[in-house]
Order: sequence, then structure tokens, then C-alpha cells
Amino acid sequence: MKKASIIMIIGSLLLLGLFIYPLWNIQLGAPQYPEPLGMNIYINGIKGQSEFDIQNIDGLNHYIGMKTLPKSSDMWEFSVFPIVIGSMAALGVIIGLLSFFKKVSHRWFLGWFILMTVLGILGMYDFNAWMVDYGTNLDPNAIMKLQNPDGTPMSYKPPLLGHKKLLNFDAYSYPRLGGYLMGLGMLLTLTAFFIGKRSKKNVYEK
Amino acid sequence: MKTYKIHILSIIGVLALLTSCGNNNGKNSSNGALNSSAAEKMYVAPGEQDDYYAFMSGGYSGNLTVYGLPSGRMFKEIPVFSQFPTSGYGYSEETKPMLNTSHGFVPWDDSHHPDISQTNGELDGRWIFINGNNTPRIARISLSTFETEEIIEVPNSAGNHSSSFITENTEYVVAGTRFSVPIPQRDMAISDYKENFKGSLSFISVDPEHGHMDIKFQLLMPGFNYDLSHPGRGKSHGWFFFTTYNTEEAHTLQEVNSSQNDKDFIAAVNWKKIEEYVNNGGGTKMPANYAHNIYDESTHMATTTMKKEVLTVDPLKVPGAVYFLPTPKSPHGCDVDPSGEYIIGNGKLSADLTVHSFDNMIAAIEAEKFDGEAYGIPILKFEDVLAGTVKSGGLGPLHTEFDGKGNAYTTFFISSEVVKWKLGTWEVVDRKPTYYSVGHIMIPGGNSRKPFGGYAVALNKITKDRYLPVGPEMEHSAQIYDISGEKMELIYDFPTHGEPHYAAGCPAELLAPKAKKIYRLDENKHPYAINNPGEAKVVREGNNVHIYMSTIRSHFTPDNIEGIKVGDKVYFHVTNHEQDFDVPHGFAMIGQNTSELLIMPGQTKTSVWEPKQVGVWPFYCTDFCSALHQEMQGYVRVSPANSNIELSWSLGD
Repeated sequence: MKKASIIMIIGSLLLLGLFIYPLWNIQLGAPQYPEPLGMNIYINGIKGQSEFDIQNIDGLNHYIGMKTLPKSSDMWEFSVFPIVIGSMAALGVIIGLLSFFKKVSHRWFLGWFILMTVLGILGMYDFNAWMVDYGTNLDPNAIMKLQNPDGTPMSYKPPLLGHKKLLNFDAYSYPRLGGYLMGLGMLLTLTAFFIGKRSKKNVYEK
Repeated sequence: MKTYKIHILSIIGVLALLTSCGNNNGKNSSNGALNSSAAEKMYVAPGEQDDYYAFMSGGYSGNLTVYGLPSGRMFKEIPVFSQFPTSGYGYSEETKPMLNTSHGFVPWDDSHHPDISQTNGELDGRWIFINGNNTPRIARISLSTFETEEIIEVPNSAGNHSSSFITENTEYVVAGTRFSVPIPQRDMAISDYKENFKGSLSFISVDPEHGHMDIKFQLLMPGFNYDLSHPGRGKSHGWFFFTTYNTEEAHTLQEVNSSQNDKDFIAAVNWKKIEEYVNNGGGTKMPANYAHNIYDESTHMATTTMKKEVLTVDPLKVPGAVYFLPTPKSPHGCDVDPSGEYIIGNGKLSADLTVHSFDNMIAAIEAEKFDGEAYGIPILKFEDVLAGTVKSGGLGPLHTEFDGKGNAYTTFFISSEVVKWKLGTWEVVDRKPTYYSVGHIMIPGGNSRKPFGGYAVALNKITKDRYLPVGPEMEHSAQIYDISGEKMELIYDFPTHGEPHYAAGCPAELLAPKAKKIYRLDENKHPYAINNPGEAKVVREGNNVHIYMSTIRSHFTPDNIEGIKVGDKVYFHVTNHEQDFDVPHGFAMIGQNTSELLIMPGQTKTSVWEPKQVGVWPFYCTDFCSALHQEMQGYVRVSPANSNIELSWSLGD
């Protein structure tokens, strides 16, 4: 059980990587952008992959009437996400410690994992909703008003995950180091649960 | 089944053998009619980049062009001594001061000999220097922005030809006079040339941090013609060698009168000794008047300072500082091999090359074996300093460059060829024709302690039938030779821009990683720059109107301006607010008596317009900046001089 608790603590601490590394990354490459423009999405704001990428993405987006990319103060998410992540990491560590001293059972690990998964799904849902708004809620006076073959206005929503062709741009959307650390952390907490479960079983068998 | 597999394997084996034989044959068949391997050697596939940069002087274009080797593709023309309407260099308010001289604004020059800065005798890629031959000037060009940053005028000089060669650690850029003149200039009979005219050799110090140039001293030499020069390197570091002709001191019909002496001199100058003399207070300060123009990358502006004094040195006052090495037949090129031992005098009226030995020279000086003197300067004995003679069989040797593998490559103007020979044995190894009448030759790093070899570029004076005819005036031709093997191989032939004299080359990796992509807006200290389009404004100061204008894809801010009057002097201060690589904007105003501006991201440039007619006059962006480039325009309303229209400006009403 001690081993499981330590894994639980490590897993929870890996969440803190999100305070240093980006959660997600969206890249935009085009023939005239052999070095793609890109944005790194952190839990507390969006930064350019290269120094002037945000300005240059906004510059290009003005042709199709997209809003400029949000600054940290423009979205409540960027102040709430750090609190949520910080709290979850703290909660995970506390559970791990309590379990280490045999105050709580391994079931708490699963509880933490489920809560974190729900929060993660909510986060992704929110992220996707923002991208839908960003990609479809366009300035009616945009320079270029493009339509799909069926006559509906073209949307420029970047993909939630993977690749999508947007006019001359290839958009790629993938997690970055912070996101991967979070995923690994969650996987560790789930592992901790199973290890805990097995060791308990072993105790009973003995 | 097993045997079947073995059969297939053996068939594959045979095929592999066959194909490998084929490849070998292909590589060896450099004499084949199609010469496909030559095409392969210079071929840089679309999307790939060259191995070397080559900087070629523009000659009478006054500029410097940047090429790639081995492809021969031209990347850029860098404006240096000539007005350049393409970018507005020499037309914009910021860059006009770059062309100021003691003779006023000189919009042109004749650029000859580029040289890349060195550290410990190796190319360091910080700057490239080039001389203006006609109105003597030396320019320094940044190798991160590839723009001219500084031009210093050289007083007491005329035909600034034995320039701009740099010492091993870029301590000095050296500028020698080809034409001797009265020093100081005065009203006197031309026929009194002999014994009265002087030739100045200027040692211009280079600040190691900023590259700023300053004339440390001028050596006032006898009135010969100082044709070309090169620094000592390695063991001869501290010396500088100049070829001379017209030691006859003829002042007319030099073609004949300067060609009478069988031998002229190579002047060996111990600059370290003179530097020490000057540092200890030696030399004579002489009144002078020359321009020093510096372009500041942060203000995007050039300023001119007129300097009023120059320190001159009489060579006789510094014993042991200058010696003459007799060299046959009006030598032209003066080249020093990578070890610093051999000083090559290319006697242009001769068939042979004279190679002097630095060690022999030092030994002769120490033994005081002199063969008389010229104007008090000791002449060494030809036989004492001679290392060897290259009996080439060619005619009219001009310049020699080195590959770092013990070989030298000399151009022969009259017999139109490049001759490869071995240092030390003086044996000719190979010769290849040039098309036609070659001047300089360039090997990347070939004028340093560490040549990179690879390719040699012959820069020719005559083109004739090499390309499709375009009337009497043609660009000059150049040829690229692969020099990696024992024999040279001609791999490409291409036209160059202007008249390249010398060139300088270096590996791509020395410069490409640090080439600037944009100027940072947050570092723009131009007094008329605006930080963002919201700060755009128009300010009237009497008849001067200053328009603080912004450009970003794809509009000007402001784009409607009213209240300008006939007789006003309108300054468009245009800031490009892009921070994206390769997104310049242009600016051109109808009827303007100057060139357009081409403004790089983060840069501010100023153009002046003096409207003479009432009306509504458009301006527009000249660089196809985006899909909406054609929409990037604006209007200025010009009212009569006595009108009461208020000054106003707007964008999008």
C-alpha cells in the first residue's frame, strides 16, 4: 500500500508541470509559412510559439474576420484553471499521504481520478466551445467571406485534436509537455488504485 | 523454395554490381560530351541552399552583390556607394547622409575589393568591408542585416585602389592610393609631379565591438602608384605589402611612361612598428576635411560627422618601417599565401610570377643588404628576397588565390586562363581557359590563413558571346571551377551584376544562422517612429508637415489626409508595424522627386514630397504585401497655398 501511495503522490505532483509547460499547441503551416506559426496554450494564457506568432496569427485572421486571440485577462478560464489544477494536485498529495499513513483506502485514488477525468472533460468541452465561437463567430464585414459548397458560411474552427485543412493553412492541434505530464500523472493515479487494490487483496489472502 | 530465394539474392547481387559499376563510370567520365557530373556539381535543387556565400563587388555599380556557390544564384544587391531607388538608399532622409563627402553628396562610386572581417587570420563573418575607388571611401557592411552601416572618406588619397584589405584580427582596414597627388592638395603645375606628389597609405582602425572606423595614421610615401595590397599573416602578421607601378613618376601618357622600368617595387610596411611610433606620440597632425557617416540600426538613421584632422607619418622618421622589394613588370596583384611566407607579385606585363620569401626578406633586412634607396627608403636586392619564379607560359598575371592545400591559382588576363601551381616547387599543375580576360579569382577564405577551398570563381572583364546578345552593353561573365580534385573543372558560367573586381566568400553556416529576419519594433528608436497605428498623426511646423504613418497588412494609417497646401514640404515617416519575416511594405507618392521607400518589418523610413499642384493625390504600397495589396493606398488633398482647410487625417472615417 505504501508503494501505491507514493505513486499516487507522484502522479498528482505531475499536474504541476502545467504551471511550467504548455497544455496544448496549435500550429498553422502554409506554403508561405514553411516555419509554421504556432500558439502554446498554457493553463494561464496563450503564448506564441515564436515571439511574434500571436501578432502574426491575429494579422492573418483579420482577413477572415476572426477575433483576436484572447489575452489572459480576457477569459475567466485562465484564472480558474490554475486554481483547479493546483487544488487537484494538492488534493491528490493529501490523499496519497493519508493513504500512506493508512487513514484512507485506495478507493480514494479512484475517486480522485474520476473527479479529475470529469474536470478534464469539462475543460476540453469548454476549449472546444471557445474554438467553435472563435472559428465561426466572424466579423460580418470581414475582408474574405467564404462559403462551403452548400452555401453555409465557412468555419475556421481549428481541430480539437489532429490535423485539419483551413484554406491555405494546415492546422495541427496536439497536447504539449504539460498535457502529456498531466496524462501520465492521471495514469499513475489509476495505476496506484490498481496496485492498492491488489495489495489489499494480497493482505486478505495472507 | 530455399534455392529459389538464393537465386533471387544472387540476381540482386548482380544487379547491385552492375549499377555500382555504372555509377563509377559516371563519376569518372568528366570528359564526357555532356559532362553531366559538372551539372550535378553546381546543381542546387529547388528548396535546397548553397554551401557558400559569395560577395562580389559591383565595380561601377558602386554596390556589392551576394551570390550562392555553387549555384551562381544572386540573392541580393547591397547598396553601398550608390543611390538605390529599389530600397530608397541614398534617397530616404535617413540614408542620404551615407553618401556625404567633403565634395558634397556623391551618389555613386566604383567599388572594388570586398574583404570579410577576420579573427586570428580566419574569417569571422562579422562585417564585410569594401572600397570606393573614385571618391576615396571605405564602407563597412553588417553581415547580420546585410546593409551598409558605415562609410569613411579617405583624405589625401585618389583612386582608392589598394584597399580595403584587413589585417589578421581586423585591427585595421587598409586603404592605399593608386594615384599620387599633392599632399596637402594645392594649386601647382602637373608637370611638377616628380618628387612633389605623394602616395598615402591609410591604416583605418576598426573598433572590435561596433566596427566603427577611424583613421589611425596615414603613411606618406613617394609618389608612385600603389596598386594592390594584402596583409601579412601568421609569421608575417604585422606587415602589409603593396604593389607599386609608375615608379618612373610619370604624369602623362602613363600607359607608356609608367612601363619603362624593368622592375617596380612591392612596398613592405611594418605597421606594428608605425603603430608603436604613433602610440608614443609620433606623427604629424595635418588639417584635413573628410566625412564619417554612420548608420545606427536602432534609430534607422545615418549621421555625418566632418573630421578636420588626420595623423600623417613620414616613413623616414620610423627606421625599419618600410622596405622596397624589387618586382618585375609593373606588378598588379599582391597576394600573401595562407602561411604568410610567400608574397606574390603578379607582374602584369610579364609571363612569369615573382614570389618573394618573407624569411628571406627578414634575413636581408637584418643583414642590411640593401641595393640603394628610393627617397630614403631602403631597397632590398631582388635575388636576396626572391623565393622563386613561376614559369607559367601564360601572359599577363593579375591575381593569385589559395586553396589551403599548398596550391595557388593565378589569373592571366592576356592569355585568358587560370593557372594552378604548387607553392614551394613553383610547378604548374593545371590550366583552364576563362571566358574571357579574367581579372580577380575568388576561393572562399582564399585570402586568409584558412581557405575553405571547394570552388574558385573567375571574374571576367569580357563577355562577348557567352550569353544571348543584348546589345553593346553586357553584364560581365563569371565561371565557377570545382577545385576539389587535382585538375580544375569548369562547372558553371553565369553573368554577374556591374563589374565585379574582387569577391569574398565564406561557408553558409558562418552567416545564415545569424541573418536578421526582422527589426524589433520595441527597439526602434527613430524619432519619428510610432509604436502602434493608434499613434499615427500629422503635425504642421510652418511649411513643414510631418506625417507619422503606419503600415500593416494591408493599409496605411492614416490613409486620408487633408489640409496640405502647395508649397509645403511633406515628410512621410513610415513605420512598418509587421513583425513577420519577409513582409516589407513600400511607399510611393505620385509626382515625388525622389525614389520609393521599401520599409522592412519594424523599420521607419522617411520620404519627402513637395506638392506643386492642387488636387487629390494618391500614394500606395509598392511591395505586393498580401492578397489585399492592391487596396493598400491612400489620398492626400492638396489645397492652394492660401487655403484655410484644417489639417485632418483618418483611416476608415
